[in-house]
Amino acid sequence: MGLLGFYLRKLFNILKGEVLVLPSRVIVGIFFLVVLLLPAVTQDPYLLRILILTSIFAILAASWDLLSGFTGQINFGHALFFGVGAYTAALLNLHAKLPPWGSIPLGAMGAVLAGLIIGIPCLRLRGTYLALTTLAFPIILMGIVFAFPSITGGELGLSGLSRLSGSRLSDYYITVVVMLGLVTIMWKITDSNTGIIFHAIREDEVAVRAAGINTTRYKLLAFCLSGFFAGISGGFYAHFMRIAGPSTLEVTMSFTVVIWAIFGGIVTIYGPVGAVFVLFPLLEFFRFWPEYRMLMFAVIVLLILLYMPDGLFPWLRDKVETECPRCKIRNIATRKTCRICTAPLD
Amino acid sequence: MRRGTMLLDILISGLISGSIYALLAISFSLIYGIARIVNLAHTAFYMVASYCIYLGIYKLHMHPVWGMLLSVIIVTLFGLISYKLFMDPIREHEAAVLIGTIALAMAMQEIMLLIFTGDYLSVPALIDGYFKIFSVKVFYQQLLTFVVALSILAALWVLLIKTRLGLAIRSTAEDREVANLMGMDESRVTMITMGISVALAALTGAVIAPLTTLSPFMWTHPLIMVLAVVVLGGMGSIKGSFVGAYILGFAEAIVVFVAPMGAYLKGSVALSIMILVLLIRPEGLFGVVFEEER
Repeated sequence: MGLLGFYLRKLFNILKGEVLVLPSRVIVGIFFLVVLLLPAVTQDPYLLRILILTSIFAILAASWDLLSGFTGQINFGHALFFGVGAYTAALLNLHAKLPPWGSIPLGAMGAVLAGLIIGIPCLRLRGTYLALTTLAFPIILMGIVFAFPSITGGELGLSGLSRLSGSRLSDYYITVVVMLGLVTIMWKITDSNTGIIFHAIREDEVAVRAAGINTTRYKLLAFCLSGFFAGISGGFYAHFMRIAGPSTLEVTMSFTVVIWAIFGGIVTIYGPVGAVFVLFPLLEFFRFWPEYRMLMFAVIVLLILLYMPDGLFPWLRDKVETECPRCKIRNIATRKTCRICTAPLD
Repeated sequence: MRRGTMLLDILISGLISGSIYALLAISFSLIYGIARIVNLAHTAFYMVASYCIYLGIYKLHMHPVWGMLLSVIIVTLFGLISYKLFMDPIREHEAAVLIGTIALAMAMQEIMLLIFTGDYLSVPALIDGYFKIFSVKVFYQQLLTFVVALSILAALWVLLIKTRLGLAIRSTAEDREVANLMGMDESRVTMITMGISVALAALTGAVIAPLTTLSPFMWTHPLIMVLAVVVLGGMGSIKGSFVGAYILGFAEAIVVFVAPMGAYLKGSVALSIMILVLLIRPEGLFGVVFEEER
């Protein structure tokens, strides 16, 4: 009883001292709660469907950020991982009769393999060359998909996959919990030593190599990790839509991921996730004017970029929080002095 | 004789798509070289130009030549305005430029979709008729497209090498700051280059319009090929873009005519060639390796 009380008091203290002092952390907490408790308020199947797809794409956008935002290896062919994940899961499910909990992780392994295959030639390229070369890979795979319709289903794709689970509600909980878990893992990765090396590779690769770190290995690791998470989201997409088609490999798919990530703010993980949760339901909302839907999407992205080229969420965060000039700890913008070192904030 | 006609078919189709890719890739390289802007909306301007010609011929009942001129002027103005509004303010943020231009291209695609719907449209040829070599039909329009593309390329070469403006463009591409110190107005040179670049894209749209069907999605395939050409030849290298364009143009043509399921695989094969070349020469065929900026 005493031990329980101790932990409860500790939890309360952390909540009060670390979470409630910063608006961004409060918002993240509220986001977790809202997403998890939403079915208690409404179980509208259409709303749940949108949120399931949003969660799947949130994993995808965050995985792009892990590779391209943190390591600076701009990947314009992220649809490759998504498509490989989706197709591998679909083939395993249809031919080997694996249930979703087996085919999705194996599909992700397929995407890791794809990450290795494209990572090795891409290690010698940098910057714009890399971006434009990676764009080529999903298109090459799409050509192969179309050329062998007997295996891949060609233009129609592979359909008739087994469902994620029995009901829409359990589908929702599976995807949302997986999304929250994976995003937290990605955020932890970027916060670890490996993540710091990823940061350093983006800032100055030569200096990292001079410090005795094998950058090649870390860049390959970034490709594989990103491929793994993107592959999982591809597998979930295939099993939720119950079809794996060539649309998962399209150029538009790759570009959409990049738009989400940059719109939300790269090198943050929370930015791309937030961007998907803003833009994807917004796009669904615009379905009342189907012919203006993509136009509005494009215009919103253009306008946001003009005023906040670093992305929406870092911009918002800078509005509500300031960084202490002395100890670099973040404070709520209303404070006059830093909450840790009491240096004046201005 | 089948093999002979196939060779000729490959030659004609390779030369035409090669010239088109060369025009697009060189104009794309120009603006990249000067302003470091990766303009992914480049081929969208080409799509808009083709639609302007359609509009000029069928709605305003103009002669096709006047229609082409009008479309080039309109698209150039439109390109300059969109540069001023959407690209110039975010030029320093490389990632923002990438998605800004994609969003711009998507906006243009959607606007065209609203005005003209998604139906396939076609534009009449300037000169009808064809002649035969070894029982292969060569349309006069194909010949005209090829000749016009080559003469535009020649004119561009003269502009870049022989004129003072060309000198300013080349020196700005080499070193922006020093060019500025030598008294060249860097932002004006960039504006002019953007104008030239968009005008070239529009001209390409004008010469290719009679040979293809118009659709709002006609910009994606050329965009991918242009990116492949530019990477293959070396970013910012005009000679590289020229050579790369013909390599990929012919590769596409050979795959389409020789391989079964060729129409599906043409993009894949061309892009695989690009990746193979990059494995051997990461800076492209004619690219220069710069000492890494730190």
